[in-house]
Amino acid sequence: MAEVVGETPRVRTIVLDVPDWDGHSAGQHLDVRLTAEDGYQAEREYSIASAPGEPVSITVERLEDGEVSPYLTEELRAGDGIEIRGPIGGYFVWGPEAGGPLLLVAGGSGVVPLRSMLRHRQQTGSDVPVRLLYSSRTLDDVIYREELDGAADGVEVTLTLTRAQPPGWTGYSRRVDAELLADVAWAAAEDAHAFVCGPTSFVEAVAGGLVELGYPARRVKTERFGATGS
Amino acid sequence: MQPLDGNAIGGLMLEVFGAEMTTTVGTCDHCGAAAELAQLVVYLQAPGTVARCRSCGSILMVVVQARGVHCVDARGLARLDAA
Repeated sequence: MAEVVGETPRVRTIVLDVPDWDGHSAGQHLDVRLTAEDGYQAEREYSIASAPGEPVSITVERLEDGEVSPYLTEELRAGDGIEIRGPIGGYFVWGPEAGGPLLLVAGGSGVVPLRSMLRHRQQTGSDVPVRLLYSSRTLDDVIYREELDGAADGVEVTLTLTRAQPPGWTGYSRRVDAELLADVAWAAAEDAHAFVCGPTSFVEAVAGGLVELGYPARRVKTERFGATGS
Repeated sequence: MQPLDGNAIGGLMLEVFGAEMTTTVGTCDHCGAAAELAQLVVYLQAPGTVARCRSCGSILMVVVQARGVHCVDARGLARLDAA
């Protein structure tokens, strides 16, 4: 572990120094395996937060009853070693050669692989137009807030804050529904690539909503995550 | 616990099959639906890992780890086709 960056009170980005890393694609993840002194092992998957070519980083949300995330977010120090495997996955990935426009829809920490795609777009000089719709409980829970505030040309970021809104908030303040998707998403005729990542119920609602808007199912790529602590 | 999808077992499938499998297309032996394995409905909390067809819900694959060996039952899959 090379460096830790605080993102929100519960979320940290962990920058890794991985010898012999062969590179990754935007959207891939890696497995982290922790082994206790008694040999007990716990393994979790984390999306890679960095763009291809950048040092590998993962962004981890601390789950109070988690087995792995409290260690990664609270205990791990620069210089400590962890066991990882990856990169993993070839389905939920995007590169500029795939074209656009691009619709990215994130629920909570589902924004992590989408952030890798955004950084990849910027670093490759791609001018693919992007809309990111990001659902978060509160403004303080928004991961990469500063980075998203300064999003590059051609990237429109729309937040919806589902639990609490700051005074004067004029943005969306509800869960993503059909009407909200119709407001924010590219029209079906634009033939956008959609990437949807979040908790299972969020992904089902969004993917279903996009298909109702006329998106072909094959254009809607999904990745579901959940707390896997036993 | 809500089910996840095949992305969540990308690492497990890599270990079992020795290759990136999430873009491999699996055909359900029950309903005939063909989809990337990334779209499997995956239950990690069952005894072992259970992967079901997103179209009909049939069990396509079960992976159980016992004494360091992965036991794979893929009888629900009619075909696997590389992307």
